[in-house]
Amino acid sequence: MKTLKEISCGETVKVTKLTGEGPVRRRIMDMGITKGVEVFVRKVAPLGDPVEVTVRGYELSLRKADAEMIQVE
Amino acid sequence: MSVKIALAGNPNCGKTTLFNGLTGSNQFVGNWPGVTVEKKEGRLKGKKDVIIMDLPGIYSLSPYTLEEVVARNYLIGERPDAIINIVDGTNIERNLYLSTQLMELGIPVLMAVNMMDVVEKSGDKINVSKLSESLGCEVVEISALKGTGIMKAAERAVALANQKKAAPKVHKFAVRVENVLEAVENKLGSDIPEEQKRFFAVKLLEKDDKIGEQMKNVPDVSMEIALLEKEMEDDTESIITNERYVYISSIIDQCCTKAGKETLTKSDKIDKVVTNRWLALPVFALVMILVYTVSVTTVGAWATDWANDGVFGDGWSLFGLEIPGIPVLVEGVLDAVSCADWLKGLILDGIVAGVGAVLGFVPQMLVLFIFLAFLEACGYMARVAFIMDRIFRKFGLSGKSFIPMLIGSGCGVPGVMASRTIENDRDRKMTIMTTTFVPCGAKLPIIALIAGALFGGAWWVAPSAYFVGIAAIICSGIILKKTKMFAGDPAPFVMELPAYHMPTAGNVLRSMWERGWSFIKKAGTIILLSTIVLWFLMSFGWSEGSFGMLEAQQLDSSILAALGGIFAPLFAPLGWGDWKMAVAAITGLIAKENVVGTIGILFGVAEVAEDGAEIWEQLAVSMSAIAAYSFLVFNLLCAPCFAAMGAIKREMNNTKWFWFAIGYQTVLAYAVSLCVYQIGMLCSSGIFGIGTVAAFLLVIGFIYLLFRPYKESAALKVNMKKAAVGTK
Repeated sequence: MKTLKEISCGETVKVTKLTGEGPVRRRIMDMGITKGVEVFVRKVAPLGDPVEVTVRGYELSLRKADAEMIQVE
Repeated sequence: MSVKIALAGNPNCGKTTLFNGLTGSNQFVGNWPGVTVEKKEGRLKGKKDVIIMDLPGIYSLSPYTLEEVVARNYLIGERPDAIINIVDGTNIERNLYLSTQLMELGIPVLMAVNMMDVVEKSGDKINVSKLSESLGCEVVEISALKGTGIMKAAERAVALANQKKAAPKVHKFAVRVENVLEAVENKLGSDIPEEQKRFFAVKLLEKDDKIGEQMKNVPDVSMEIALLEKEMEDDTESIITNERYVYISSIIDQCCTKAGKETLTKSDKIDKVVTNRWLALPVFALVMILVYTVSVTTVGAWATDWANDGVFGDGWSLFGLEIPGIPVLVEGVLDAVSCADWLKGLILDGIVAGVGAVLGFVPQMLVLFIFLAFLEACGYMARVAFIMDRIFRKFGLSGKSFIPMLIGSGCGVPGVMASRTIENDRDRKMTIMTTTFVPCGAKLPIIALIAGALFGGAWWVAPSAYFVGIAAIICSGIILKKTKMFAGDPAPFVMELPAYHMPTAGNVLRSMWERGWSFIKKAGTIILLSTIVLWFLMSFGWSEGSFGMLEAQQLDSSILAALGGIFAPLFAPLGWGDWKMAVAAITGLIAKENVVGTIGILFGVAEVAEDGAEIWEQLAVSMSAIAAYSFLVFNLLCAPCFAAMGAIKREMNNTKWFWFAIGYQTVLAYAVSLCVYQIGMLCSSGIFGIGTVAAFLLVIGFIYLLFRPYKESAALKVNMKKAAVGTK
């Protein structure tokens, strides 16, 4: 099982599951990263973290540690 | 009968622009009770009886951020007559997520789809009538920036408010979820009005930890939750979020058509350069250099000099015309009416100097605020957080903390005020507490004095001061984020990078003025009062056997000197138990550069140069190099000047937090200076005593605080009763 953290720039993936719990996970879901949605990994910040993704037609940035909660295929 | 309309929507959707457009100058800006979330209220242009309430920008009604809790408390507790839900047409999918939650509240909702001009230009289509049909609420098209459609939107909202009935909900989740929701709704007590039942049922199912506080009896729904979770093999929070987005996707499919081919928007093109892996840091450095040079070293410095040395000094010239400074004018008037000396002193050195201390910072601050407002409104501020997050989050700060600290190296007052751009409450408080550790311009004379007098002008003294400041920020960040006061609130960094757009001049200027004015109003009082008190302590005392007003050179017989004598033993473990140094540190509270002047007066030199070169020899005799360095460290880290304290008070907006910040800074300054002196003495002359033991204990305690493990909390700690509404 891959997580969003391992996806390199320029790839599009589909979210299969969200692990973890609490505020960060809820926030990720509130921002539109839910089961079945397509996520395009756009770029990595100059210092290597966080990453920028395109989801539901807009740009979102999240830390790699949090991206690990998102399982994709 | 007045009508109350709440404005709700995501951040960056044009809500502020719409609010400004609807209310014009009829605004009242304040804070929600008990929290630092800004609260804006206004009256609709041309309709005095319509109150518009601007809610904080939110993405959801979850219980995890302060903004969300404030907004939903208002909506549930205060029950506005209608909600205008502003939706960004260029990003409609995620914006509708909040809409689905707002519609469950049982309050009439008018949806205003904003940025329709941009949508049309890009070739996308939104079928508004179809959208209205499928959502079950009225929908209007607007462009807040151009002002089109906004008055119509307000009129429709007022009409909806007067009907007093929310449209029946049309949105439905999957049958299994709906069945469970119905079962939960039936369990709700009679204290929940019929139209709000769905909202409460959803929150109970989501295991929302704050909803219970707003209900009389909280029914036990663990059975329903367990049933649903087992049936759908997921937790209820995810199930409900999923259901919302599934429902939204179905609407989007019906009502919106994309232009087709994926083209790079203008914003994408800008971002290709601005957040490019290699170019991002150079671009960032350029922007910061520009902000710093203009607001601190050039325009800002002129503005400050003009305000402090001109308007509140000897005078200034306008096109060759000599305009005397306010103190000169006031002094002239007072002399003309042959005012008593003490009253003249109070007015000139107390009140006028105090007012000058408040207003002197304002011009520079306004210059800085224009930049900040522009950077925020155009979308670059979010990129600053994106670029700098990696470095700052390690110390419990936000990437956006960079700007306050950078500005703080010029002056701590605008630095603290710049922390307003940080949305997250915890990050902001931490930034406010640590920004003044950066040596500001006014601390440079102290550094020059100590370096010149005791270290023969050694090159390393000034850099070491900056090093101490930065180390204090880093260590404080790490220590504080583990304390009870900070570990409480979760701070997820899942942040939207909004599309770039050109802000309007009106919005930028309005934001600049609001922040400047709030400084004058909220920080002004404390600055003025403390300046007057200190003036009294400095200029009154016992001379020639009687109590009375003193000459400036007689500072050594003032009340302050007596107080200095009392406090001096406290500083003995730091190596400078001399009352003169204690008094100098206290006068530094008016402005840090005063420290040098005070030492000058106390050593018998009426006027010293900025670096105090006249007293270097005397100072070198009176204290050791290590004691002097300890004095320097104390003055760098301890409570800042009154103006900066005023700014801290304003930005914390909470007395307890204000004292916590000042107390922390002073205790840290004391502890670090103690360690510097005691361990320094041990190394240089082998002196070992109780102080040395204390210093080593402090170092051990410090290391423990730095490295102790901690766990981030999962719930937002906020007193709902206190944070609850109150719109007066």
